[in-house]
Amino acid sequence: MKKSLYINKTIKMVVMTLFIPLMMLMVFSCGGEGASDDEVEFIIANGTEPSTIDPHKATGVPEHKIIMALFEGLVRNNPKTTRAEAGVATSWEIDETIYTMHLRKDAVWSDGVAITAETVRDSWLRILNPETASSYAWFPAMLIKGAQAYNSGEGSAEDVAVRVIDTNTFQFETVGPMPYVLDALSHYSFAIVPMHTIKEHGDDWILPEFFVGNGPFVLTEWNPREVLTATKNEKYWDKKNVFIDTIVFIPIDDDNTMFNMYENNEVDWSVNIPQAQIENLEGRADAHISQQLATYYYQFNLENPLFQDINVRKALALSIGREQLTGSVLKGGQKAAYSIVPPMDGYSPIESIKEDDALAKQFLADAGYPNGEGFPDTTVLYNTSEGHKQIAEYIQQRWKDVLNIDINLENKEWKTFLVARRDNDFDIARGGWVGDYLDPNTFLDMFITGGGLNDPAYASTTYDDLINKAAKSEGSARMSILREAETLLINEDVAVIPIYFYVKFNMIDLDKWDGWYSNTLDTHPYVGMKMKK
Amino acid sequence: MMRQFIIRRLLGVIPTLLVIITVSFLIIRLAPGGPFLAERNLPEAVVKNLEHKYGLDKPLVVQYFTYVGNIITGDFGVSLQYLDRDVTYFIKKNLPVSALLGSLALSISLILGLSMGITSALKQNTWVDHMLMSFATIGISVPLFVVGPILMYIFAMKLQWLPTSGWIGGRNGSLAMILPIVTLSFPFTANIARLSRASVLEVVHSDFIRTARAKGLSSLRIVWGHIIRASITPVVSYLGPVFAGVITSSVVVETIFRVPGLGVFFVQSSFNRDYTLIMALVIVYSVILIFANLIVDILYVIIDPRTLKRI
Repeated sequence: MKKSLYINKTIKMVVMTLFIPLMMLMVFSCGGEGASDDEVEFIIANGTEPSTIDPHKATGVPEHKIIMALFEGLVRNNPKTTRAEAGVATSWEIDETIYTMHLRKDAVWSDGVAITAETVRDSWLRILNPETASSYAWFPAMLIKGAQAYNSGEGSAEDVAVRVIDTNTFQFETVGPMPYVLDALSHYSFAIVPMHTIKEHGDDWILPEFFVGNGPFVLTEWNPREVLTATKNEKYWDKKNVFIDTIVFIPIDDDNTMFNMYENNEVDWSVNIPQAQIENLEGRADAHISQQLATYYYQFNLENPLFQDINVRKALALSIGREQLTGSVLKGGQKAAYSIVPPMDGYSPIESIKEDDALAKQFLADAGYPNGEGFPDTTVLYNTSEGHKQIAEYIQQRWKDVLNIDINLENKEWKTFLVARRDNDFDIARGGWVGDYLDPNTFLDMFITGGGLNDPAYASTTYDDLINKAAKSEGSARMSILREAETLLINEDVAVIPIYFYVKFNMIDLDKWDGWYSNTLDTHPYVGMKMKK
Repeated sequence: MMRQFIIRRLLGVIPTLLVIITVSFLIIRLAPGGPFLAERNLPEAVVKNLEHKYGLDKPLVVQYFTYVGNIITGDFGVSLQYLDRDVTYFIKKNLPVSALLGSLALSISLILGLSMGITSALKQNTWVDHMLMSFATIGISVPLFVVGPILMYIFAMKLQWLPTSGWIGGRNGSLAMILPIVTLSFPFTANIARLSRASVLEVVHSDFIRTARAKGLSSLRIVWGHIIRASITPVVSYLGPVFAGVITSSVVVETIFRVPGLGVFFVQSSFNRDYTLIMALVIVYSVILIFANLIVDILYVIIDPRTLKRI
């Protein structure tokens, strides 16, 4: 009798202790503050925490989405075509390599200070300044005359061809007649930044308490890993076309959480979809799959004697099984790639060599490995990821089936992988590149001798000459030179094996939001976006 | 005696920290790659500019002494990933969140775990015992990255009672705190429950309890006055590892439920080779763990003064 009494009390105690923490939580839970009913709030699940919002120091995609709200360059992206349209500059004249930009007279910073030609010049010199130590400085340095020398510390700021003609006229000169310069100006490495607040606050100028910008929105709140909020900029020249009051950027590293938040109506736009959900989303109107300006490829280490034999490279490139790979492994609408440059307007793809198992076997035999006999120990290196692993395993099996060769797989953590690739410490390695601008050159000039993606150590003077010749040419003549270069790189020299073109997944309900368009650059300006009534 | 013990322990903190700083500094620098390595190889000029700006072009020994010199003056440097922001900015903004998440989860684990363990032991081999212990087994064996999404699916997606993720400042208020806290407390509640059950069982069958019963003490007084007191010692000694466990597990929970704590920075900064941020976090977490262990030792002495002689 007594025993059961204390047990009852103990159980009561347990029940009480269960409730205390819950009650504590209830007290904490006073409900959050949301936007009032007539205010339009657009919430974006934006990927990882932005490393910075300083356009001259940013490098990533989440940063790009935020910078597009907070800053505007000489030109901005058309939301449908992503081509350049009037931004801070209202009009321009292009005389071969000389660009004269006429700035709008009412362009001001969010604190009312005017934006002049001097601001543009100083901004561009800021990113090139070696002391700014900008990662993306290579982009303007590649285009503007004198910029390369200044950024590498060999030249001076005075020799960079950027000039103030008068308060509202800015002029710059490029190293050649490159047709993509105007579109490139919307890239954040050409951003105009508030030099007056940077002088005053130093590196802290990007914090909400000091922030001044010239985009359609201004930064009002930034709690690392929690939220970044931008509200409508009342000083923006085109504010009549800004229909959103507040954009909330939520940093999320976990794709599944991102997706769950979208499904639970906690965010309006999710910038990615977890791989596992892709099949379930087939037929959903709010799941947008767009072809991306990006290529997944394998590259050979051309310093390795095995791969110096063109027949080996051809044998491997011809037996990937790309169609089955995209159809039954990737299953997300990706297209098989037979060229490094993804399909784009104005550039017709190179004549592709389709896969051919019999021919691949023949090439391998010609290389001295009939039916794969005596093929040296070879490893495919990729950075650790379930997706890359699946692809590598598929290709490993294909090469076994078709060529009867055994290939090893090795994965390395991202930075370790990059070091191995950079130092040519691999046989075959995966690669991927997302184009910076809508022109084949964004892929092709990466493979010139010493180029940014040239880990295969591909060195062809013919190729380098073609790329240089293209930089000095115009129109369709230029495009055919680039095509010639790509044919050499992919079909004749087989320095890399293009595998597939990436697709981009977005979740956004276009029955609710107007003014958002799928495009290959995955660039989605906020001006003009509207909530449907 | 107690004061001497505490002073001695506090003085030991400095060399410990110095060893931790030196070893971590070397390990991080030995890892391949650097903060500015990316898919596209940057032109040499750009890399040179970056390394010069952040002092990475100097010899490693010089960098080490500069670093140690700087932290003595309280300068932990700027992050190499979150460019040009002081690493202390993140510690000030995000550490309190982790601390709140950790301490709430820890309190819940303690209260729930002890109650479950004691109830289980007192009702040994009944259905209550079996139920609680099966729950504890699940708690120990199912990893947090499984528990978290399952709870999120049930309570946020299906029942719609709670928001999927977030923290106090979010749109759903502090309701968002419930899932991360419950998830994080899961394995520790389970462990404490099993641990306290075992020690209560041991105490219940010991001679002094039999004596207490024979004296005619009420069962409640026996439970409060003797059993809990005697069986709590193993739980207290488990608190040190629990503290470390809460810190490491909070990384997972913070990622799943996007809690704006410091844990995610820890993992990300190692992947990013953000040397300054990793070092600062190593120092912060070391200090926390060292003091947590100190407190556990003090608690130990309070519960059982005989241990002072042994420490």
